[in-house]
Amino acid sequence: LSMAGRGRGRGRGQMTFNVEAVGIGKGDALPPPTLQPSPLFPALERRAAPLPGGEEGEYMLALKQELRRAMRGLPYFVKPGAPRRDIERYSDKYQLSSPVDSAIDWNPDWRRLPRELKIRVRRLRKGRTTSLVPKKYVALDKEETIKKLESLEKKEEEVTSEEEEEKEEEEEGKEEEEEEYDEEEHEEETDYVLSYFDNGESFGPDSDDNGDEAVY
Amino acid sequence: MTQAELRLCSLLLQEHFGEIVEKVGNSLLRTGPRPLRLLVGDTGLLPDQVKKALCVLIQHNLVRYEVQPRGSVEYEAQSERILRILRYPRYIYTAKTLYGDPGELLVEELLLHGHLPMSCAVARVADRLTETMEEGKTMDYTEVSSTFVRLADTHFIQRCPIVPESPQSTKAPPPPAPALAIDEKDMYVVPRLSLVGKGKRRHSCNEEEEGEHKAKRQKQEGGTSETPPDDGIYWQVNLERFHQHFRDQALVNAVASRMDQTSSEVVRTMLRMSEVTTASGASHTQPLSSNEIFRSLPAGYNIGKQVLDQYLALLADDPLEFVGKSGDSGGGTYTVKVTWGPGASWAPRSLFPHPSLILLLLHRFGSRCARIFRLLLRKKHLEQKQVEDFAMIPAKEAKDMLYRMLSENLVSLQEIPKTPDHAPSRTFYLYTVNVMAAARMLLHRCYKSVANLMERRQHEMQENKRLLDKSQRVEAILASMQATGAEAAQLHEVEEMITGPERQQLETLKRNVNKIDASENQVDETIFVLESFIESTTKRP
Repeated sequence: LSMAGRGRGRGRGQMTFNVEAVGIGKGDALPPPTLQPSPLFPALERRAAPLPGGEEGEYMLALKQELRRAMRGLPYFVKPGAPRRDIERYSDKYQLSSPVDSAIDWNPDWRRLPRELKIRVRRLRKGRTTSLVPKKYVALDKEETIKKLESLEKKEEEVTSEEEEEKEEEEEGKEEEEEEYDEEEHEEETDYVLSYFDNGESFGPDSDDNGDEAVY
Repeated sequence: MTQAELRLCSLLLQEHFGEIVEKVGNSLLRTGPRPLRLLVGDTGLLPDQVKKALCVLIQHNLVRYEVQPRGSVEYEAQSERILRILRYPRYIYTAKTLYGDPGELLVEELLLHGHLPMSCAVARVADRLTETMEEGKTMDYTEVSSTFVRLADTHFIQRCPIVPESPQSTKAPPPPAPALAIDEKDMYVVPRLSLVGKGKRRHSCNEEEEGEHKAKRQKQEGGTSETPPDDGIYWQVNLERFHQHFRDQALVNAVASRMDQTSSEVVRTMLRMSEVTTASGASHTQPLSSNEIFRSLPAGYNIGKQVLDQYLALLADDPLEFVGKSGDSGGGTYTVKVTWGPGASWAPRSLFPHPSLILLLLHRFGSRCARIFRLLLRKKHLEQKQVEDFAMIPAKEAKDMLYRMLSENLVSLQEIPKTPDHAPSRTFYLYTVNVMAAARMLLHRCYKSVANLMERRQHEMQENKRLLDKSQRVEAILASMQATGAEAAQLHEVEEMITGPERQQLETLKRNVNKIDASENQVDETIFVLESFIESTTKRP
């Protein structure tokens, strides 16, 4: 019965409901079909209303910007670690260490966190590079030598040696000094152990590694 | 979660916590709760980076964890909470209006750090306040402490769930993650601490004190073995309470605009008295007697008891029913009606989405479109022809507007068949406004807007990065020169390093960024109204 209007071309654009009810009269031109996505920035038909000003608005604006600035400086803003250089440069030894990926800059309450998340806490000490050297020398003896030998053996695989050392540290239990030593250690990554450096008086002619060379 | 929400969460995380945290948060938001190793795989980050990010997110209550039955720990992002970052300025400002500078800074510190022990928060705020005071003056801890207590008493801050006391059993291995919990009754209990001290300044010029200070500081930061007296007790901001405050404020404003200042003060007093006794989601406050209300009116209001009673009667009689009379004891007991879903018989103007929707139409489509919309709101259902007649708009134009609104989901078509076979020629087609759908649509649009605003703002900053860096360097040079007492001529020379056009460019940039930031704040206000409306409507049984 009412299916008679099925054929194409006989009354183009027929709908299942009576279009007059929604107001499309007979013979009214329908808008052309859309052939492309709508423009990215459609033209503004009318301007937006101005923002309400006032003391409250101004203060909140200042707060917002201040908050943004402050949060960038907090340790919660996780910066990616310095990219690994392709070539190890001499100057690296003397540069202040960049943030180490595997360390966390603040001391969360680990009791409140899942155990699997625990990572090394980086000590935020000022002037540590200068104050540590004499301290270290005094305290560490055999332990250090052994460790040094071990690490020098595995010198090619820098990354793994770090991790190994780290694991060792963790297993043995962290002491303040050991931890500092560790930081110092893999930050430097040089051929020379810092504590052996500089003071000619403190060390005799037999340095551990150069046993092969003849001593004159 | 909609794409718009996801995108906005992403931007907020990136802006406040950096890209690593953003990547982790994103992964959790898009794919749902997962354990650590899957996260590492997904994000392609180093395990330690992911762990760090999770620590940060958990610290700020943006991610929670749950131990699964098989022992693994799953992490879940709290998208709603992430969106609240947008509202931080409003929380801080509110705290300032209620509790002054100490209140403002306490809330700010708690928001910046996620959660803190009281001792820590008080110390930090005292230090910050001391910085702003005159030379030689310091802020005492007691003033800050008392503000802290007031914030806790009025529930604006609350205690975090605590680590359970585990029995010392060596047999059972410790759980992979602590099950934190807290009793409702303990949430606002402030521990008895005797926090004694004064704020410290960060001295920049006095050399002697600096040395002394540094030693003290190193002792403090270098891992002190002394545990604070409130170890393990952490505090966080209670966002819901602030939201309740915003709603109360809107209600008071509505009363003020409908009646007068004094009536709004009466309502405000009643709300203040019921602050902590009204359960969230309750429809009424607890009944308050007129005597109690009279005693609690703010000091400046010298209205007689009888006058108060008259006001209460007026409020109760008002057809909008802000206040309801619940009994006669104590001079008459009254409650304030605090729900405002579509079922509520009153509609404080700023709490319903209608004004926002109407404004949207007004600005986007014009006043005639807005007129049609308001008409439909009033009349509920109208046919095409009726719309044209009532709105006094020519057919062609009315049609066009109705279709536009239809395509934006602001209005919908309702079919009313006259005959059982639903024949189109014998069916009524009525236009109607589905407020809920419209509100959702507008909310979605708001999220998109804020995300767009943020991206644009970041783009503007990026475009001008070189100039901004230069400007910062010049500032730094000027500052150091001034500190060492340079002459005006030298300072001027340095200032000249930034040319006139560059200054102009910086000015324009600043103006644009400010405008965008202010807009973000503005849109968040609308987001609050819409979210509250949708939440309260979906909550009712």
